[in-house]
Amino acid sequence: MAESLLRRLLYGFLLLFTVVILNFLLLQAAPGDVVDAIVADTGGASEEVVARIRAEYGLDQPVYQQLLSYLQKMLAGDLGYSFHYDRPVLSLIVNHLPATIMLSLSAIIIAVIVGTLLGTVSALNPKGIVSHIVTVLSLLGYATPVFWLGMMALILFAYEFPIFPVFGLRSVPAPETLPGQVIDIIYHMILPSLTLSILFIASYSRISRAAMLDVMGSDYIRTARAKGLPEWVVVFKHGLKNAGLPIVTIAGLQLSHAFSGAVLVETIFSLPGIGPLLLESVTGRDYPVMLGILQGSALMVIAANIITDMIYRVLDPRIRGTV
Amino acid sequence: MSDENRGHGISNRPEVEEAGGTVIKPISGLQETVLMFCGNPVAVIGAVGITIVLVVSIFGPAVLGADPFEMVGAPLSEPFGEFLLGTDFLGRDVFAGIVYGARPTMLIAISSTLITVIVGLSIGAMSGFYGGWVDATLMRVTEFFQVLPSIVLAIVLVAVFEPGLPSIVFAIGITHWTSLARLTRAEFLKIKERELVLAQRAAGATNKRLIWFVILPNALPPLIISMTLTVGICILFEAALSFLGLNDPDIITWGLMIGLSRDFFFEAWWTVTFPGLAILLTVLCIALIGDGLNDALNPKLRQR
Repeated sequence: MAESLLRRLLYGFLLLFTVVILNFLLLQAAPGDVVDAIVADTGGASEEVVARIRAEYGLDQPVYQQLLSYLQKMLAGDLGYSFHYDRPVLSLIVNHLPATIMLSLSAIIIAVIVGTLLGTVSALNPKGIVSHIVTVLSLLGYATPVFWLGMMALILFAYEFPIFPVFGLRSVPAPETLPGQVIDIIYHMILPSLTLSILFIASYSRISRAAMLDVMGSDYIRTARAKGLPEWVVVFKHGLKNAGLPIVTIAGLQLSHAFSGAVLVETIFSLPGIGPLLLESVTGRDYPVMLGILQGSALMVIAANIITDMIYRVLDPRIRGTV
Repeated sequence: MSDENRGHGISNRPEVEEAGGTVIKPISGLQETVLMFCGNPVAVIGAVGITIVLVVSIFGPAVLGADPFEMVGAPLSEPFGEFLLGTDFLGRDVFAGIVYGARPTMLIAISSTLITVIVGLSIGAMSGFYGGWVDATLMRVTEFFQVLPSIVLAIVLVAVFEPGLPSIVFAIGITHWTSLARLTRAEFLKIKERELVLAQRAAGATNKRLIWFVILPNALPPLIISMTLTVGICILFEAALSFLGLNDPDIITWGLMIGLSRDFFFEAWWTVTFPGLAILLTVLCIALIGDGLNDALNPKLRQR
């Protein structure tokens, strides 16, 4: 276990290292450099000042020297400085990440629960109504643009029938007590999370349906039934527990997709997440922020993959001993 | 040609292969696939739908004449009145926008899918065929692209390489080839051990011939399904990028229409609803075709 964790960590570090190098290449390919951005932001500067700032940032050095110092900076956790916001990139990302993580995770959790239930029910009754719902859902989940779905949800449930708030993560003014604040945030997250989860419910229901059909035909299910166990015990304890493994794997793999979807959903619901930050950095040509987000999101996905891998090992004793 | 037909026969109906040439084949694999596809009403609906979209994208602008960016009526006119689908905040006809938007939407989706096919097939084929360190390296590259959230990478790429059509197509293509590469690799791994490949190899076929003319035709059925679905995913992704304002603002696509009307969608639901429906229905048709192909190319699956 420890050895495989170490290997995964090492490999994750290697991936992250590659992302840093990709970032450096993108920075080189981008028209204009940091200095141009500063100059544009402050409204022009003389030639000498530009040359001085360039020297200060080491931009007059040869490329390999720049790469080395870039790597050094990144490995030390310094993601650079945003002149657009006049703040370090790291603190910007740390401020915007919680909303995105919260949205992605809650969408995946909703999708896992609803999807697994739908998949289980349709596996038990392959020709039943739930089975058809799963088929239709999976088609719609594939074909619906998520940002458009968010707009439709807002028109319906925030404008025509004002059940949910239109935008933001907190009410203004925010409730004063801590439980009140938590409830307030959950209330604001319901519509965005449901919107995002629609994308994934379909895939979980299909996966769990396939896994359950597979599992429910096996010998130990027949044994469990023969013992005279109630059907729900057979389904949930013997069936779902074994069918759950592929669901865990997929949940980890989908975090990258969920992150992408969250970026879009956030812009619709005006949540203070990574999405709005990324778009603003594009408009402001704020390359350090853009590349910092790329790096930060890669780190998150890598970490999530390692965690799901470990969960999988804990859940499945068969591969616990193997590397 | 004969390779392709044989490919269908072998990959889908191994019993024919076992019996050698003595079995009487009433119809070829390709014919059978087409027949099965046409016998599937859902798949036919999808095919008809996509044909309509393609016809509109080719002939629609010429038939309609008007410029979709032109102001033709009162701003925010309700739909089903003077204008079938209403007008947006600048008095532009939503219906005209949808008709004009079909061509760039489909062109971008198809050309970016082409990139995913070229990159995905080459990487997957080399990985699966050569194995060893080639496989290890290429799979690391694939994982690298899977780790980066596609929309973040695409946005950064477009921002770095000047927003516009070529960078959009490149960004979509380069973020969506991984699943095709993995699928190709898996198929190659499976097929390269089959007798027909071993026989060809023993007969002295070059690696190039084995990859492109022996293994690939046999691996095609699942790859075709995956490519079809990729077109749909590319449409959705392009819509998202255009919606966020990263595409050329002079090229009208369905995503751009939604993005332009973003600030007015509470007052004028039709300005975002109809372009979105156009996206949804088009991608839905592609999904139906994909399902139909899946059934037609894997006849054994239907019996389950």
